[in-house]
Formats: sequence, structure tokens, C-alpha cells
Amino acid sequence: MIQILKTHLKPYWKQLILIMVLLLLQAIANLYLPDLNADIINEGVVKGDTDYIMRAGGVMLSVALGLGVISIISVYWGSKVAMAFGRDVRHAVFRRVQTFSLAELNVFGAPSLITRNTNDVQQIQMVVLMALNVMITAPFMAVGGVIMALRQDVPLTGLIAVIIPLMAIVIGSLLRVALPLFMQMQVRIDRVNQVMREKLAGIRVIRAFVRSDFEEGRFAQANEELYDVSLKVARLFAIMMPSLMAIFNISLVAAMWFGGLRIESGAMPIGNLTAFLTYIMQILMSVMMATIMFVMVPRAAASGERINEVLEVEPEITDPEVPAQATDSRGFIEFDDVEFRYPGAEEPVLCSVSFKAGPGQTTAIVGSTGSGKSTLINLIPRFYDVTGGRILVDGIDVREVTQETLWDKIGFIPQKAFLFKGTVASNVRYGKEDATDEEIWHALEIAQGKGFVSEMDDGLEAEITQGGSNVSGGQRQRLAIARALVKRPEIYVFDDSFSALDFTTDSKLRAALNKDITDATVIIVAQRVSTIMRADNIIVLDNGAVAGAGTHDELLGTCETYREIVNSQLTEEEIAS
Amino acid sequence: MSDHTGGRTGGGRSGGFAGSRRGPGSGRGSGGGFGSGGHGMAAPAEKSKDFKGSLKRLSGYLAPYKMTLIFITVLAVVSVAFSIVGPKILGEATNVLFEGVISQQLPEGVTSEQAIQGLRAQGQDQLADMLSSMDLTPGQGVDFSQIATLLGWLAGVYLLSALFGWWQGYLMAEVAQRTVYQMREAVDQKLARLPLKYFDDNPRGDTLSRVTNDIDNISNTLSQAVTQVLTASLTILGVLGMMLWISPLLAGISLLVIPVSVFVTILIAKRSQKQFAAQWEKTGTLNSHIEEMFTGHGVVKVFGHQEEAIETFDVENQALYEASFKAQFISGTIMPTLSFLNNLNYVGVAVIGGLRVASGRLSLGDVQAFIQYSRQFTQPITQVASIANRLQSTVASAERVFELLDADEELPDTDTPQVLERAEGHVEFKGVSFRYKEDTPLIEQLDLEAKPGQTIAIVGPTGAGKTTLVNLLMRFYEIDEGAILVDGIDIREMTRDNLRRTFGMVLQDTWLFKGSIRENLAYGRENATTEEIEVASRMAHVDHFVRTLPEGYETELNDESSNISQGQRQLLTIARAFLADPRILILDEATSSVDTRTEALIQKAMTSLMKNRTSFVIAHRLSTIRDADTILVMNEGQIIEHGNHVDLMTAGGFYCDLYNSQFTEALDEVG
Repeated sequence: MIQILKTHLKPYWKQLILIMVLLLLQAIANLYLPDLNADIINEGVVKGDTDYIMRAGGVMLSVALGLGVISIISVYWGSKVAMAFGRDVRHAVFRRVQTFSLAELNVFGAPSLITRNTNDVQQIQMVVLMALNVMITAPFMAVGGVIMALRQDVPLTGLIAVIIPLMAIVIGSLLRVALPLFMQMQVRIDRVNQVMREKLAGIRVIRAFVRSDFEEGRFAQANEELYDVSLKVARLFAIMMPSLMAIFNISLVAAMWFGGLRIESGAMPIGNLTAFLTYIMQILMSVMMATIMFVMVPRAAASGERINEVLEVEPEITDPEVPAQATDSRGFIEFDDVEFRYPGAEEPVLCSVSFKAGPGQTTAIVGSTGSGKSTLINLIPRFYDVTGGRILVDGIDVREVTQETLWDKIGFIPQKAFLFKGTVASNVRYGKEDATDEEIWHALEIAQGKGFVSEMDDGLEAEITQGGSNVSGGQRQRLAIARALVKRPEIYVFDDSFSALDFTTDSKLRAALNKDITDATVIIVAQRVSTIMRADNIIVLDNGAVAGAGTHDELLGTCETYREIVNSQLTEEEIAS
Repeated sequence: MSDHTGGRTGGGRSGGFAGSRRGPGSGRGSGGGFGSGGHGMAAPAEKSKDFKGSLKRLSGYLAPYKMTLIFITVLAVVSVAFSIVGPKILGEATNVLFEGVISQQLPEGVTSEQAIQGLRAQGQDQLADMLSSMDLTPGQGVDFSQIATLLGWLAGVYLLSALFGWWQGYLMAEVAQRTVYQMREAVDQKLARLPLKYFDDNPRGDTLSRVTNDIDNISNTLSQAVTQVLTASLTILGVLGMMLWISPLLAGISLLVIPVSVFVTILIAKRSQKQFAAQWEKTGTLNSHIEEMFTGHGVVKVFGHQEEAIETFDVENQALYEASFKAQFISGTIMPTLSFLNNLNYVGVAVIGGLRVASGRLSLGDVQAFIQYSRQFTQPITQVASIANRLQSTVASAERVFELLDADEELPDTDTPQVLERAEGHVEFKGVSFRYKEDTPLIEQLDLEAKPGQTIAIVGPTGAGKTTLVNLLMRFYEIDEGAILVDGIDIREMTRDNLRRTFGMVLQDTWLFKGSIRENLAYGRENATTEEIEVASRMAHVDHFVRTLPEGYETELNDESSNISQGQRQLLTIARAFLADPRILILDEATSSVDTRTEALIQKAMTSLMKNRTSFVIAHRLSTIRDADTILVMNEGQIIEHGNHVDLMTAGGFYCDLYNSQFTEALDEVG
């Protein structure tokens, strides 16, 4: 957390110094007021000098006014700096994540990154705010309080040396019990939420299997456990305040007694006792403030740690300093003895994969789950970098051109069609910002999306909710395909993008694609044999290695794995005829 | 109508990121009774629809603890009373001390009257005035035995106050936590009684957030608010009383300050609430942008939209910064303003009190006590103000929970149910009509018969409403007309439990819960033996796979069960159905994200599962369709054709087209 504070508070050092000064002034003013009060008693009341009382009162009033003004200015800057700090950290995290490759993204997972970018930043931002508005006054007040108390009477100040450690012990031992309880409570809250989430997701299964009672028991147990720990925490809090207040008040009593002795012996004027009592109160208040900090800081520190983890990741996939010169060739892809393994994995996902694809050709990749199909095509846009061999696009190693140049050539259609909040048109235009309506309709037509889009009330301007949740899975995929089509790239990469379509739409779409994309290179991953039977080159992957390559007919004759796949999907007559 | 199987995730006003809307300020720990005043994030200032009614209903939850609450109130009164008497006793002690000091300065042997007259003679009228009201014994020093008695009392009073305060908090903790526990329990039990329609109509995230965030919000307020409001208002009253008793004049000054303080607090709080609302809104926008960009990371990258993503982010981030700065600044001015007013009061008391002491109309101890009282005033006021603020959002939360609790429940089971012990598996639809929405007819007058052991295939394009039939069979939804009979018994004449035990279901949505594989399989049958579980696993071709896992059947499936593949999950759900051994099956065989080999395994497992059972299959494969005894062809939510394969092909309708388009293409491409 300190690292983050250091980096992101640095631009505001001037404001921070200003805030410090303001807080110091506040502390002084706060401490000066009881001093003036003591003067009123010693110089005015005891001597019966009403003029002095009025004068000192006037001074007090202006000090109070000044204090108010200073406080508001410092709250202004405190809020400003704390919120700007939060903004900057959020910006830094977001920016950093944008440079992540898929591998780096997957280390954290999108949901975790979202939390780090939002909630965690907020946690730490709140602590900064609290610190700037209140907390850092605490040490000023404590130290200042001690100094002022010393000024009133030195021996009596010794009392403070007894009280503060006592308070620290009480607070410390309470926190020792409390902090693990807090953590346990968080775990149990999460558990209640998790059981509930599962129940809502599985409501049909639960009812179908008549297990509502069992589920009720599961929830009751989680609820019971949460209740137990919450009760402990609440009871701890119940004891915290009264015991602190007791220490507080007993301190006053002690100060009164010892102060009385000092006054009796003539060592201290009586007015000082009243001031002294006020100082003790202020010192103890500061200690309590610090306690709140103790509760908040560990949490924020955990958040800071999580943010730091993100910021510390140096993206492995970066652009070359001197990008290679572009060649004239268009749409050539070559896998040259490619190997890929996930960091730390014993076995590679892909090994010795070599093949070539050129413009006008369709290359299909088939194989069972875990055979490495998706990984293979994720290597083309450099979502991951190969760990062995190389991939050439248009004759140049993908690592030797800028990612932007590379992506420009590729139209990628992911397995899970992802749409953005906006309209149909804005989603398709994601592929080409200045696409005309005609271009969009054309792309939709090929993607078999024209029908349902024109049936929508607002056509191209129909609203798409976040993630595309207001259209069906098949419609999402068709829009994602249109998005890539409108881009007119050299290379199309379809990652099992037809899975949510029914057979009829699937075949119509492929027919239209074949007609429209004649000079581009197509790489396609599919589960359905019917989808890829017509491909120019079919690459059969088995456990990360190429088990066979060739056309459908060739493979039927030569490749056992391919035959197995085909047999599982088509009936005898369909294969034979 | 979309397929109703999968619940919709996210979306809705509080799906997904609902958690983040709860600021850290509302978390436990920081609140705790330190009176975290104007700082910290208040919960979103959602408006409640019927504040009074809902608040009343919420208080109703505390009704069972009436006696305890009364006792708590008594304890609070005692505790506050003791803490309020404190400064007054301390003031007495000061007086004794002061008198002692003064007496010491006077010559021994004279009476106090003589001493005062002596002072007047010297022209020190003011000092004489002051001393005239004192109980002086000239020449005597401070009466420490009296001070000791007073301080002894004082210590006792403070300790008692703490003790009672603690007792009160201790009891309240249990009341609050019990209440929240019961509320959670009530909601959970309610969910079991809600019809499936509720879950289809309401986004899952929304329901989830009612059960979790909203109840948490209530819990936080409840555990603090009751005691705090009680103590704070008692303190205000008590302190006010003491102040009036000590000096009506000084109390007058304070009484001027109080309404101003309250007014200022309310004024600022209102303005800041608006800003907080804006802040939550901006937070929502920004979070959803972050969510979108992170989940769509690959797409954003490959279409080269990163710069734009950052630009949009920066604009929204800046807007959030501005809104939250305003919110924090405005709410942050409450404390300085109040403390200024408090200081004003302090100065007033010091000056006027000083003058009164000097003129002998007030004792020094009283002024000191008064100062202490007036210092105790600000905290309870801010506390009450901030609780009043939070109460808004708490009541809004409570309302959302009540809405859930008030939702229409399923029709209760019949009182005189017929019991189906071991079904034959004969299913009949007689003139069944059903519609999700009143004005859109869906299934009209459907007649259908499935004899024991037969297979009924349901085909049609995505979104045709194939799941509706499943919903009706399982009585997830109530039919509008006609009857569905299982072995001749109207399903409404049976208990739902009985009906559903007769059926087995394997859905595309492969739901598994967090727990071991064994526990998940045994979901199909309680108290299943290890052997039974393993037999079922072998039938579902999952035994081998499970044994390759490090912990075998004891392997924990994690949250989203991402440690096993989709296909393997599907096999597990088939094993679960095997173990349940139902007479009638409902299968959804779509396996889009499953590889071909696993798919073959699933197919084999499903076929053996279907043997000798009446099966309803949502079909995607040609083979299932052709062998089915009856095929229902659905399109746009309606059954447009039904019959066996040969009949339908002869009829040459929609099915024929559908079939041909797949079949001829396959021929084309092979040939």
C-alpha cells in the first residue's frame, strides 16, 4: 500500500503540505482554546477581572472562527486530493490491464480485476480521505496535547504516561480478538452469499430433484455460522466503547485528585486544572482516532496489496522497438514448429505444430476438448506468445510487428460472442468505425442477421444491453460475425463461432461466407464436422500435436482420429453417400 | 420467448456489482460506535416508497424481543444517567478544591463574613461578591477527605455507567443478530415457495442482492442504530436537563446553538445526499464500463479499441472524481461547522460563566461541569443525524426485502394428494393450453400421449420454446387449461415432491454445487451407498475420469466448477440422474461446447439412461429425432407439427424442410 501511496500522492505534494500545515494550525487552535479558558479562570475569574474575561473571550472567539475557516479549507483540499488519488489509481490500474495479454488477464480473471479496479481502489481511497481529513490531526493533537499539558504542570503530566499505555493495552487486546473475527465474518458472509447464489442458479435442478429441504439445511447452517460470529463481533463492540469511556473518565478522576494535591501545595494555579482536564480528553480522543485507523488500515492494506499485484505485472507481450517492414504479401499464415505451454505447466498444450494457409483458402482445425484448438488460434493475434517455434503472418514473425499492425489484418470471432452496450450498429461498427449503413446491412446479410435485425423495432439502432443479454445466443454470434465481416480483414479467425446456431442457419451462413470471402484467409475451429467438411485443409489436433492434415476425403482414408470424430457425428449413409 | 432454462445473470438495477455499491463506511468495524459522523460513504440514497409503513413493519421484527428491549431501555437510561451525573460531581469536587484554595489564602481565625467584609473594605468588591456564595473556612486548606469521597463516588458512577452500557450493548447485540438471522431464514424459506415464474421474471442478480446486500445493510443499521439512537437521545435530554439545572442562562446560550446545529446538519446532509446519489450513479457507470472492457478484453484488443476504451474510462473516471469530491467536501463541512458552533458555545460559556463566577452567582465547578456538558452535546447530535440519514437507505433495503417476502407464492399442494409409488411412465397431455403472458397464446389445446418407455423428441430452432414443455411437465408453471396426467393421475392431484421424484432431468445448464463429487452425485438420491454411486458413475462413463482426479470422488468442485470441463460436468449430471433412477426422463441434449469424443460418451450414456424409461428429449441430433416415437416440432413458441419421423416427412412441412436442409447438405459435402 505504501508503494501506491508514494507513487500516486506524489503529484499532490504541494497540496499535501498545505493540508499538513492547515491541520497543524487546527491542532494548535484546538489546543489554544483550553489555554485561553485557563487564562480566563486564572487571570479573570480568580482575580475578579471582568475586563480581562471579555478580552480573552474576544480572542477565543476569533480563534474559533479561524479554526472553522481553516478546517473547511483543509476538508476541501483533503477531499480533493483523496478523490484525485482514487481517480489516478483507478486510471493506472485500468491502463495497465489494457496492456495485459490474455495470459496475464487469466492469471487474475476478469471478475477479480474488476473488483481490484473498483472496490479495492475505493477502500484505499477512503483511508486516504479519512487520513487527510481527520487522522493525521491525531498525532498533532496527541503531541500538542502533551506539550500543552506539560506547560500546565509537569508532574501531573506523568499521569498521561500511565493512562496511554493502559489504553493501548485495552485497545490492543480487543483488536487482537477482533481482527481475526472480522476476517472470519467476511468469510462467512461470502459463504452465505455463495450458497444463495448457487441456489438461485440451480433452482430448477433443486426442485426437479426435490431437494429444497436439503438446500434449506445448507443455507441454515451457513446462516447459523454467520450469526455466531456476528454475535461475537457485536458483543466485542458492546464492550469496547464502555471500557474506553471508563478509562477516559477514571483518568479525569485521577487527574482531579492529583491535580488537587498539586494545587494544595501551591505548585499549580487552579485554572490550569480545568485546562489540564481538557487536554487529557483531547489526547485520549486522538488515541481513539488512531484506533479507528488501526481497524481500517489492515483492510486497506489488503486492498493495496491486491492493486499492487496488478500494477506490478509487466506485460510480457510488447511491441518491438523497431517493427519490421511490412511485406507486399497479403493473408499468408505460417505455423513453424510452434510449441506453447502455459507458465509452469509440465506438458505443452501445443507441440511441433506446422502448417501454412494462404488467401482464398479455408483451414479448419478439429480435435477434442483440450487438444489445443482454441489455444492455437489465440496465438495468431498474439493473445499469447509461442514458447517455441514461430508464427509468420505475411512472412514476418508476429513478434516483429506492432500488435496494432497485426490486429489490423485479423477479423477475430471469439467462441463466446461478446457484445458491448449500445446499439446493433455501434456493435457492428466496432469492426470499422466509419462503416456506412449499407456496409453494415451487407455484413448482417452475410452473417444471417439481416432478418432478425430488421424485425427489431429500431433496426440498426435497436438497443443492445451489456454483454448482449437481450438477444439470443445465436443472434449474438451472428452480430459478432458481422462485426468482423464489416472490417474486411485479410484473415478471418473463427473460434467455434457457429456453435450457438442451428443447423439451417449454420449452413446458410457458411454458404454466404463462401461467396463473399473469396480472397481472404479463413481459419476456423469447429466441433461439427458438417461445418468444416468442405475446408481446403483440415488440421486434426490430438493432445496438442497434429494427428493429420488434408481434405475431408484424404483424412477419412488416412487419419484414425478424424474418422472417430466423423463417426460420432454422422450416420453411415451420410458419410458414405 | 427465450428459452427459460438459464437464469439471466447480471443486468437489472443491482446485478453484478451490487456489492460495490455498499461503501466501506457501512462495513463493520469502522462504525462500531465511534459515531463515524459525516465521513465515510453512506449507502446509496435510494428513496423508499412508503417510509412509515415499511419502518413500522421493520420494527415489527423486533416485537418478539419487546421485554428485552424494554430492559435494554432501562439499562440505557441508567447508564446515561450515571454518565451525565459525572461532570456535575466533578464540578462539586472542583468547588471544594477552589474553596480550599481560597480559604487557605484567608487568615486563620476569622469567619468568612469577616473576611469578605475585609475585602470590601479594601475595595475588592468583585472578589468579595464571588466569595460570598462560597462555603469558606478561612485558614483551612483543601478538604481532601471530602474530595476523596466525591471522587470515590465519581469513579463508582463512571464504572457503573460503563457496566450498564456494556450490559445494554451485550443484550442488543443478540437481539439485532437474531433478527437478521431470522430475516435471512424467512427469505430463504420464501424462495422455496416462490413459483419458477418469479425467478424467470426477475434477474438473478437482483434477487441475490436483496438476500445479501439489502439484508446486510439492514443488519448494519440494526446492530448500531437502536442503541445509538437510544443513548444519543437520552444523552441529549439528560445533558439539557443538567445544563438547565446548573444555569438557565448558560443553558440558554447552548439552546440557541442546538437548533442551529441541527438545522445546519440537516441542510448540509440534504445537499450532500444529492451529491452522494450522483456519486453512486457515476460509480455504477464507471464500474459497468470496467466490467465490459475487462470481460471483452480480447475483442477490445483485436479490434484495436484500447485507446478508445481508455478515453471513455477517463471521461467517466473524471466525472466520478468530480461527483465524489463534491459529495465528500460537502458532507465533510458538517464536522467543522458543528465544531465551530460548538466552539462558539464554548466561548460563550467560558465568558459568561467566568463573569457569573466573578460576580459570585455561579461556582467555578459548575462552569467546568457546564463546559464538559456542552462538549458532550455535538456527538449525539451528529449521531442522530447520520442515523436518520442511513435510515432512509435501510428502509429502502427493507422494502426490497419485503417485496420479495410478499411476492405471490406457488399454489399450495392439494390437501388430499394421490400418491404415485412407482410410476409406469405413462404421460398424457389433454387439451393443454398455456401462455406466459396473458395476451400471447403459446400452447393451445395440445393433446399428446407418451406410452411407458417411449421417446418424445422436441425439435425446433433456438428460442422456439422447447423448454416450456419441460416447465409444464415438472409443474414449474401451472397450465391454464386442460390436464396433464401421469399414469392417469392429474399432476395437480399429486404433491409436487411426488411428481418431481417421478421425473429425472439432465439439462444443458449443468448445475453442480460447491462440494465433493460424491456429494453432488448423491444429490440424485439421499443416502446413496458408495457402491450405488460408483455403479451410476460407470453407467454414465464418468467413473474412469473421476478416478483420474487426485482426490477421486472426494474431489471438491469449486465455485463455478471450472476445475472440470463442460463435458465432464454433463456426464456428472447424467450420473446424478442414473442414481435418482426416475421413471420418466427429461433430457436436453445440446452440447455445443463439448468436444466430439466426450459428446459421443454423453450420447452413449444418455441412450443407456433412456432405456426402459419414458423420455422427453430436446433434440439436436438426427439420430434421436428419427428413432423417436413422437416428434414435436416447435417454432416461435408453438407446436406446429407432431408425429413420427415418417409421418412428418410424408407431410412435407416445416420438419421436412428442417431435416432436408441438414441432411442434403451433409450429403452435398460428403459427395
